[in-house]
Amino acid sequence: MSAPTTERPATPAPPSPGLSPTELMRWSWRQLTSMRTALLLLLLLALASVPGSVIPQSNIAAGDVSRWKEDHPTLAPVYERLGLFSVYDSPWFSAIYLLLMVSLVGCIIPRTLVYARALRTPPPPAPRNLVRLPSYVAVESDEAPEVLLERARTVLKRRRYKVVNGSGAISAERGYLREAGNLLFHISVIVVLLGFAYGQLFGYKGGAIVMVGNGFSNSLTQYDDFAPGSFFDPADLPPVSLTVDDFQAEFLEEGPQRGQPVDFGADVTYTEAPGEPSKPFRLEVNKPLILDGVSVFLVGHGYAPVVTVEDGNGDIAYSGPVVFLPQDSSFASFGVLKVPDAQPEQLGFDGMFFPTYSFSMDRGPFSVFPDALNPAMSLLAYSGDLGMDDGAPQSVFELDTDRMEKLEKPDGSDFRLDMSPGRTVELPDGLGKVTFDGWQRWVKVQVSDSPGKGVALAGVVLALVGLMGSLFIRRRRAWVRVTSRSGRSYVEVGGLDRSTVAEGLDDEVRSLARAVVPGATLDTGDGTGTASADAEVDGSVSER
Amino acid sequence: MSTEDFAGFSDQAIMFAGIVFVLAMLAHLAEWASSIARPAQSVARATVAAGGGTSVDEPASAGEVSGDDAQRRALRIETAGRIGIALTVVATALLLAGLVARSFASEPARVPWGNMYEFTLTGALGVAVIYLSLLSRLKLRWMGLFVTGFLVVVLMLANLTLEQAAGPLVPALHSYWLVVHVGAAILATGAFAVGALASVVFLIKERLQRSGSSRASGVLEMLPAADALDRLAYRLHAVGFPLWTFAALIAGPIWAEYAWGSYWNWDPKEVWAFITWVVYAAYLHARATAGWKGRAAAILALIGFATLLFNFVGINFFFGGGSMHSYA
Ligand code: HEM
Repeated sequence: MSAPTTERPATPAPPSPGLSPTELMRWSWRQLTSMRTALLLLLLLALASVPGSVIPQSNIAAGDVSRWKEDHPTLAPVYERLGLFSVYDSPWFSAIYLLLMVSLVGCIIPRTLVYARALRTPPPPAPRNLVRLPSYVAVESDEAPEVLLERARTVLKRRRYKVVNGSGAISAERGYLREAGNLLFHISVIVVLLGFAYGQLFGYKGGAIVMVGNGFSNSLTQYDDFAPGSFFDPADLPPVSLTVDDFQAEFLEEGPQRGQPVDFGADVTYTEAPGEPSKPFRLEVNKPLILDGVSVFLVGHGYAPVVTVEDGNGDIAYSGPVVFLPQDSSFASFGVLKVPDAQPEQLGFDGMFFPTYSFSMDRGPFSVFPDALNPAMSLLAYSGDLGMDDGAPQSVFELDTDRMEKLEKPDGSDFRLDMSPGRTVELPDGLGKVTFDGWQRWVKVQVSDSPGKGVALAGVVLALVGLMGSLFIRRRRAWVRVTSRSGRSYVEVGGLDRSTVAEGLDDEVRSLARAVVPGATLDTGDGTGTASADAEVDGSVSER
Repeated sequence: MSTEDFAGFSDQAIMFAGIVFVLAMLAHLAEWASSIARPAQSVARATVAAGGGTSVDEPASAGEVSGDDAQRRALRIETAGRIGIALTVVATALLLAGLVARSFASEPARVPWGNMYEFTLTGALGVAVIYLSLLSRLKLRWMGLFVTGFLVVVLMLANLTLEQAAGPLVPALHSYWLVVHVGAAILATGAFAVGALASVVFLIKERLQRSGSSRASGVLEMLPAADALDRLAYRLHAVGFPLWTFAALIAGPIWAEYAWGSYWNWDPKEVWAFITWVVYAAYLHARATAGWKGRAAAILALIGFATLLFNFVGINFFFGGGSMHSYA
């Protein structure tokens, strides 16, 4: 990773026919670790990342994936086979970044060796003709050559050049850290990826809905969704438990953004392990509870209407809160209630909960405000077989109505339970009655652990440091030669920039000359007639 | 002052910022108009030499070419250019004041980037700040007309299509890391935008140079030469890239870790920030690869900027609720 001038050819020559296997191997390796291949792989990686942002991804939005599959029945199997629902761990995506990694390692190792050698190599002796260098200044002085050279040495050293003496001239070089920065950057990229991969493999992430007033303990059965890394062992879940004591949500009550959330937070009490003392904590968005090996985040909240269902026999078949999921920013929420214990027939309900109910002819029922100012619930009722007995897992947010019948009014229209808290509705055909007792709030917590995040963070920070070095440190060589000409000393200073973009070199060379020969007047570059517009834009007016 | 006062002040300051940017654009237009009227050769020198904004005496040397008349014109160009820059400074200050006031237009005070409108304004501020702060270092004055023109268009679009009254932030946006993350992203965007401009002009000039067209005289002659533009573009991208690295790959993940419990979620906005990063990394590689230097590299830089813009506006339009970042 040195200046392009000293770089090996960007693309190795194609293999001549009739290569031996080892030669072919060596050729492929050189091909893979060439700069051009790195460039193409980078572009390929960018391209390969695109589909994952367009197509829903199963490890991020599983619900969207199944909806997408339903909407596109013909495409879905094809996409499935191509791994398009989990792009970022698909074989082809992995192939690209693994190749990039190999190429990167193949790039770093030889260049580190080259760099180590370069560090030990002294700056080359002064070329015979300093005038040929990109930047050059000559001044005359009355001082002795030895004095001038000695001063030049001090000046260059003060400017952090590495200095070597020649005969009647000195060579100097600085900016060795540029290449070190570049190496550090590329090595850090590997470190970041290792940290990231470690977290993906050994970490986990799960979500759980917890009713306000209830508790949660960190075991697999308590999760609504759980995404472990490939090597994560559920037995390793730390035995943390917590209780959600209280929850407050505050919304803007007026103004154009009425209803926008201002703040929400939950007061919890947690214990790190059974038998440990319990401690209070205020859980808010952006304020997670961070414990050893587990972090708890508040990621959402919603309503759970409390409902009591009396069945046809007059027995209480269900009583308690039912989690409804918010559908929009006003918290109109959808939910399902299954009552498998109801006799003589099982009962099922689905419908909406509106925290601040309102109605208009064109929208139907809706919620005008996310806080529960005027709660109401509107459900449809079904009777029959809930289909829960065959043991197949069912989502608690979906009602399988294949073997159920929708309850109807005598005129044949849907029997709808429109209720406000405290109301009881009698179901037709003596199937029972439903009471809307009130409502509770629930919070959604996300519990996760991403080990290796410290490594990844350290990696990116080092990468940034290396990058800055690589981009902003200038690699320069300078030579000073002093010759005696008819009793006076003739001081020549020449400079060469080895960075991708050279500028400020002339200023540097001029200021070096001024430092070596104090009081020397140097032409500032105007009126030399050679200063072209372009050169001035670049700030490098050359002086010959 | 009440929050309403702040909101009112903010709206006015932003409106005036727009007006002053228009005036600045007109001043730069006058600068160009005077320049075009002159023989191409001396024009190039005068504009460019004055580009640093520090050298008053330099245009005089160009004056030798055609005497007094040219000298007076050079002075006129110089004056118009300086007025343009002064007005840009004023407009930028107004925009800044407007955005700061907007922060206080809600209880509690907050950063002025809670929605697309504020985001776009802050982005415009980023471009203006980067342009002004690198103006003399990188001799960017020839860009004045482009930059002010661009800002005028952006401010107009923001006011016509995105305007939203001030209000508090949604809770997910309450975080210092948000300030750091968006602040760095905005500055990076500014550097990339100005860099993209340099790359576009480079491509045009390089094309004309290659075709040896005589049309290269006139307006284009006033712009820096192709290789200088190429180096300028590189330097701007070299400023933008570390800023972007910090914004998208350090501050962003740290904030995400606090807000959502995992530092990288492959959310569309994150994916596109990553794509942008990779494309710009490819640009930096391209500049060091024989055969990709110059034209191909410049095209890569523009692709990078396109991905950035897409992330800025496209994600919110096309992905809507699909992105966790779609608070706007
Ligand atoms: C994950 C993959 C990679 C990323 C993100 C990356 C990123 C970068 C960046 C941002 C730079 C700019 C720094 C500068 O200009 O000095 C750079 C420079 C460089 N990279 Fe990479 N790189 C990657 C892989 C590779 C590979 C595989 C190679 C080897 C073929 C390579 C060789 C180089 C070299 C030689 C330079 C210095 C160019 C110069 O002198 O200007 N990189 N890289």
